[in-house]
Amino acid sequence: MKRLHLEGLDALFGALRGAGYTLIGPRLRDRAIVLDELESAAELPIGWTDREQDGGHYRVAARGDDARFGYVTGPQGWKRWLFPPQEVLLRARRLGQGMRIEAATVEAPRRAFIGVRACDLAAIAVQDRVFVHDPGYQARRAACFIVAVNCTEAGGTCFCVSQGSGPRAGAGFDLALTELCGDGQHRFLVEAGSQVGATLLDTLDAVEATAADHEALEAGLARARGQMGRRIEHEGLAAALREHLDHPYWQKVGERCLGCANCTLVCPTCFCAEVEDRMSLDGSEAERVRHWDSCFNLEHSYVVGGTVRTSTAARYRQWLTHKLAHWETQFGVSGCTGCGRCITACPVGIDITAEAAALRQA
Amino acid sequence: MSTAAADPGLWLPRPYRVSRCKRELSDTFTLELLPADGEAMPAFRPGQFNMLYAFGLGEVPISISGDPDAIGPLVHTIRAVGPVTEAMRALQPADEIGVRGPFGSHWPVADAEGMDLVIVAGGVGLAPLRPAIYHALRHRRRYGRVCVFYGARTPDDILFKTELKRWRGEFDMLVEVTVDRATRDWAGKVGVVTRLVEGGGYDPLHTVALMCGPEVMMRYTSRALEARGVARERMYLSLERNMKCAVGLCGHCQFGPHFVCKDGPVFRLDAIESLLAVDEL
Ligand SMILES: Cc1cc2nc3c(=O)[nH]c(=O)nc-3n(C[C@H](O)[C@H](O)[C@H](O)COP(=O)(O)OP(=O)(O)OC[C@H]3O[C@@H](n4cnc5c(N)ncnc54)[C@H](O)[C@@H]3O)c2cc1C
Ligand code: SF4
Ligand code: SF4
Ligand code: FES
Repeated sequence: MKRLHLEGLDALFGALRGAGYTLIGPRLRDRAIVLDELESAAELPIGWTDREQDGGHYRVAARGDDARFGYVTGPQGWKRWLFPPQEVLLRARRLGQGMRIEAATVEAPRRAFIGVRACDLAAIAVQDRVFVHDPGYQARRAACFIVAVNCTEAGGTCFCVSQGSGPRAGAGFDLALTELCGDGQHRFLVEAGSQVGATLLDTLDAVEATAADHEALEAGLARARGQMGRRIEHEGLAAALREHLDHPYWQKVGERCLGCANCTLVCPTCFCAEVEDRMSLDGSEAERVRHWDSCFNLEHSYVVGGTVRTSTAARYRQWLTHKLAHWETQFGVSGCTGCGRCITACPVGIDITAEAAALRQA
Repeated sequence: MSTAAADPGLWLPRPYRVSRCKRELSDTFTLELLPADGEAMPAFRPGQFNMLYAFGLGEVPISISGDPDAIGPLVHTIRAVGPVTEAMRALQPADEIGVRGPFGSHWPVADAEGMDLVIVAGGVGLAPLRPAIYHALRHRRRYGRVCVFYGARTPDDILFKTELKRWRGEFDMLVEVTVDRATRDWAGKVGVVTRLVEGGGYDPLHTVALMCGPEVMMRYTSRALEARGVARERMYLSLERNMKCAVGLCGHCQFGPHFVCKDGPVFRLDAIESLLAVDEL
């Protein structure tokens, strides 16, 4: 493990830009930590946090220090950069009675993701499996450089520990940073997770981390773990969900759920997409567009004769059983990384950890 | 990060030219298609489907209804029920549509060799079963008794009417048809298709049953078959769900843990029967 002083961050940003990467990272906007293009490290949400999160509740606040990565998880995951909310898949042109169809050109600019948390690394790994054959996703994925940031504090709705995804970045990054600034010595610990990452790290003015650095890292991780108030008990959960598809409890959640789809839109693993074919007014040209969908939309399960999941209870059941039971069968991993976004984003405060616990005991 | 598994043609339909359109019923028609580029067509297995693309309007899953062993056009039988299928009904010879596929699991025609074959269809559900029937006829001696039990709404809704007659006449096959509502000139059976199943004509202990039709019909049919002694592990059914990709990544066709597009559409009953019993799954 290496150590980088505060200005080393500027050097890292510069090196990435020099290597042709567009930087995507956190910034403060509209009283939230959002992900957007960054020009320099000065645009990071310096001194801000969004740790105050709860069911249906999100607040940013000044930290009283100048931490660059002192926030936890904003409302957005990284999926929009790999699986865009809207994407043209095909273009077609009419030729007499016939047609020519071409795959749309995939835009896959080199992007560096700055500040990917462990839970979101896990989410990217999940979508890597879902989209393993998808040409657009894979091209964008291959073009990205990932700078992870370890969590030394947890947010109000985080439960990555019980999902085995955090708070420490384990794999799937090029570089992983840990920001240490509590002891008057603002610095970053840096670990390379790939050859590309190691090569880049070699160009930076980094020194070997000390025993004290290692201790501070462990202490930070322990603090984050200790701050997590929620967990999902996995023992017997998937089996209970599979067996209790007809349980009246779904009706109870269905009565509270607004069916607004917020949870699926903020969830970094949800992959449902609608595919829409469109035609120009004169009928000569057409395109196929994929855009995000949600199992909370009635049209999601439409077949001739009607929608399959008409009740909100049935749609909530689809979401929860998919996340916590069926995902494992489909992709060999859980569909939930414990990022807590769906809890924070739910207008009525429905909490996946609480519903899972209730159904497990049902 | 390796992109080796990425498939550049994943979403790309291939243009096919309509060589023939045949009206089957007032709302149902059969299209015969040949690749517009004149190159070879991929092989398919009975029960598989293609995604058919109507220019600029949409892409829908449609089962292949032709003979899997024949050299000839790709055959689809379609009921016009909405914008995309209506547009396909208006197609003329030499018009083109896009084809992606074939996709999905298939009827277990090879595993069923040596057994009686009971084929139960409702409405347009006969179309996805026709490739299995063609297969059984072509290899008639590999099977015991072959029964086709078919239910339609009215006598005017009986699909492949001439073929049904021919199968009954020319091959050693039990073909029974029933309608929900008779018209004046109908001298045949009236009632649900489960009645035909109850009538027997096969050896339940040595039978493989294939079903396609509305889910309620398949539910009752499987009960009737089971009551006669056909084991659940030898019953297969084809499911329909909304499908937008056919390759397991749009999420629409989920049925419990299954993606109907790639784990199905043909399932063995015992693999999904507990899910079938759940409302709005
Ligand atoms: C595996 C499979 C095989 C099928 N085989 C046949 C066949 O051989 N012949 C036939 O006539 N029909 C078949 N269907 C049903 C057919 O796909 C629908 O009738 C068709 O999608 C309706 O599209 P539409 O735009 O004309 O109508 P709309 O009702 O306007 O449909 C709008 C959209 O909803 C979806 N949708 C609607 N109904 C269905 C449905 N039943 N199943 C799946 N998606 C649906 C489609 O995405 C469609 O684009 C099959 C469906 C599946 C899943
Ligand atoms: S089915 Fe629902 S929970 Fe599952 S991926 Fe799609 S939107 Fe997310
Ligand atoms: S289900 Fe909720 S907590 Fe789990 S990954 Fe999705 S948004 Fe995060
Ligand atoms: S049709 Fe898209 S996942 Fe099955």
